Amino acid sequence: MTSLNAAASPVLPLVYERSAGYWETVGRRFLRDKVAVGAALVVLLLMVLAVFGPWLAPMDPYQSAMLKRLKPIGFEGHPLGTDELGRDMLTRLMVGAKLSLFMGITPVVCAFFIGSLIGITAGYTGGWVNSVMMRTIDVFYAFPSVLLAIALSGALGAGITNSLISLTIVFIPPLARVAESVTTQIRERDFVEAARASGASAFTIVRVHVLGNVLGPIFVYATSLIAVSMILASGLSFLGLGVKPPEPEWGLMLNTLRTAIYTQPWIAALPGAMIFMTSIAFNLLADGLRSAMEIKQ
Amino acid sequence: MTMANDEVGGSSQPMLSVRGLVKHFPLKKDLLGRGAGVVRAVDGVSFDVFKGETLGVVGESGCGKSTTARLLMQLINHDQGELVFDGQTVGSKSLPLKDYRRQAQMVFQDSYASLNPRLTMEDSIAFAPMVHGLPEREAIERARDLLERVGLAPQRFAERYPHELSGGQRQRVNIARALALQSRLIILDEAVSALDKSVEAQVLNLLLDLKEAFGLTYIFISHDLNVVRYMSDRVMVMYLGQVVEVGDSEILFKHAAHPYTQALLSSIPTLDPDRRTETPPLAGDPPNPINPPSGCRFHTRCAHAQAICSEKMPVLAPAQHGQQVACWMHVAGAAHTGAPSGQGAVKPLEVAA
Repeated sequence: MTSLNAAASPVLPLVYERSAGYWETVGRRFLRDKVAVGAALVVLLLMVLAVFGPWLAPMDPYQSAMLKRLKPIGFEGHPLGTDELGRDMLTRLMVGAKLSLFMGITPVVCAFFIGSLIGITAGYTGGWVNSVMMRTIDVFYAFPSVLLAIALSGALGAGITNSLISLTIVFIPPLARVAESVTTQIRERDFVEAARASGASAFTIVRVHVLGNVLGPIFVYATSLIAVSMILASGLSFLGLGVKPPEPEWGLMLNTLRTAIYTQPWIAALPGAMIFMTSIAFNLLADGLRSAMEIKQ
Repeated sequence: MTMANDEVGGSSQPMLSVRGLVKHFPLKKDLLGRGAGVVRAVDGVSFDVFKGETLGVVGESGCGKSTTARLLMQLINHDQGELVFDGQTVGSKSLPLKDYRRQAQMVFQDSYASLNPRLTMEDSIAFAPMVHGLPEREAIERARDLLERVGLAPQRFAERYPHELSGGQRQRVNIARALALQSRLIILDEAVSALDKSVEAQVLNLLLDLKEAFGLTYIFISHDLNVVRYMSDRVMVMYLGQVVEVGDSEILFKHAAHPYTQALLSSIPTLDPDRRTETPPLAGDPPNPINPPSGCRFHTRCAHAQAICSEKMPVLAPAQHGQQVACWMHVAGAAHTGAPSGQGAVKPLEVAA
C-alpha cells in the first residue's frame, strides 16, 4: 500500500534540480565542433607564443650577422633561414607573435567596449538619440576600413600607440552597428516590457535583461574582426605607419623582406603565412562560436 | 521600506478609475515633413474597475484593447486623460509611477517572449522585488513560495530556464512574477489566448484561486467571449478605440443593447441547431482607425444605422437593463426611429441571440 502511494505522488528531491545554463550548453556544442576546437587550439598556441615567445625562442631576435644574410629554410643552425640582416627567422617569427597579436587584438577589445556602449545606449534609448548617434557612426562607416586606418594613422603620426588608436576608431562603427541592431531587437521583447512595468530603472534593465542577451552576438562579431585587425595592423606596419624597425612584427617583416622576394621567396612568404594562419584561426573560431550560440529555443 | 500594498480608500472606492484616456500614434512623416495623420488607437476611454472584481474587456483585434492595457501599465504615455488608483492620481506626488507599479502588474500573451531566456525562473520572479529593495535572499524565497502557489514545485522549476518549460508552465511563472510585488491589480492581456484549451482551463482556475487567496482585482482582456463570460463580473466592449457598452457580465450576455455587442455575441459558435447563425453577424473588417467614421464609429457596419448615427457621436448612457451603452437607439427622444420616444420608456430591442 505504501509503495502504491509513493508511486502516485513521487517524492520530490530535496536538492533543487539545476539545468545547464545557456553558456554551459554553448560550451558543450562548441566542443563537438572539431574545426572550431582546432582553431581554438591554434589561437591558444599563438597566445602562449605571444606571452612566452622571448623565452622559447632559440636566439636573440636582434642579433644580425652580415655573413649569413638570407639563408634558405633548413640552413644549419637556422631551421627557417635568416632575414636580410642575417637574423634568425624562427626566432623573429616567435618573438613577433607578441607584437602582432597585441596589435591585432587590442584595437578590437577597445572597440568592443566603446562600440557596445554606444550601440547599446543608442539601441535601448531609441528615438532621436538613436538617430543622432547612429548617423554620426555612419559617417565613419562610409569610409573603407583600410583607407580610414591609413588616413588616421597618417594624421596621428607613426607609432604603435597611434596605430592602436586609429584601428580602434576603425572598428567602433561596425561593432556599434551590430550592438545597436541586437539591442533594438531585444528591447521590443515582452520581458523587457515586463521589467519596465516592474519599475526598474533603464540602467538596471540593461544590466540584468539586455546585456546577457546582446553581448554574445557582439562578442562573436568582434572575434571575427580580430583577423581583419591583424591584417590592417600588419598593413600599417608594412607602410611604415605602425611598428618601427628593428622590432619583430609580422607586417613589418613582410615589408623589409619584400626586396628578397626574387632571391628567397619562401623566406619572404613566412611572415605572411603566419598572418594568414592567425586570421584563419580567429575566423574559424568566430564561426564555431556563432554556430554554437545559435540555439533554437 | 515595506513591501505591503495597503488598502487606502475603502472597498466602495474604485480600484482604478480611468477618465478620458486618449492615445494617438502619429504616423511617419513624409520627406517634406508633413504629418500623415494619427492612428486613434484609444480615443476617449473612461471606466472604473471596482475592488475585488474582474472586468472583462472584449473587442475585435485592433480595437485598442492591448493599447489600453499598456496605457494602464504606463508602458506608453497617454496623450490625454487620467488614471486614478484607489483615489490617488497615478504620477502625482501622492502616488509616483514607481509606487503605482508595485500596485499594478501585467501578464502578457506570449509566455515565451515575456521571460528572459538567460534567467532562471526564480531569478525572473525575484527581479521585481529586488528592484523595490527586497534583499536577494528574501526575494528568492518569495519567488519559490510563489512558484509553489502557482502549482509549480520549486524543487523542480526554480532553477530552470524558459525553453525547458511548456507554454502553460511558463504562463504560470509569468503569473507568479506579476504577484511578486504583492500587487492588488493584475492586468491579464490575452494571458490564456495562446494556450491549449485544456491548459487554458487549468490556468483560468488558477487565476480564480489566486484572486480569492490574495484578494486581487483583475482586468481580463480577451477576444474569447466564452472565457470572458466565465471569468468576469463585469464586461466592457470596445470598438475602434472607444467603449460602446459596459455592464454586468450576465446582463450583457443576456440582454446586449449595442448592435455591436449583439453581433459579437451571435458570432460565438453554438452547438444548438436552433441558434445556428447562417449569415455572418458582421461583414468586413473594422474601419481604419486612422480615419474613423464620423458620428457613431460603428454606423458603417450597423444594420440599424440611420442619419443621426453618422452625424453625432453617442455617449455612454444607462440602458434598459442597467448597463451603460453608447447608441442612439437607447437615447430617449433621439432622432432614431428605434429610440424610445419619451423619458424613461425604453423600447425593448429584439435581440436575436
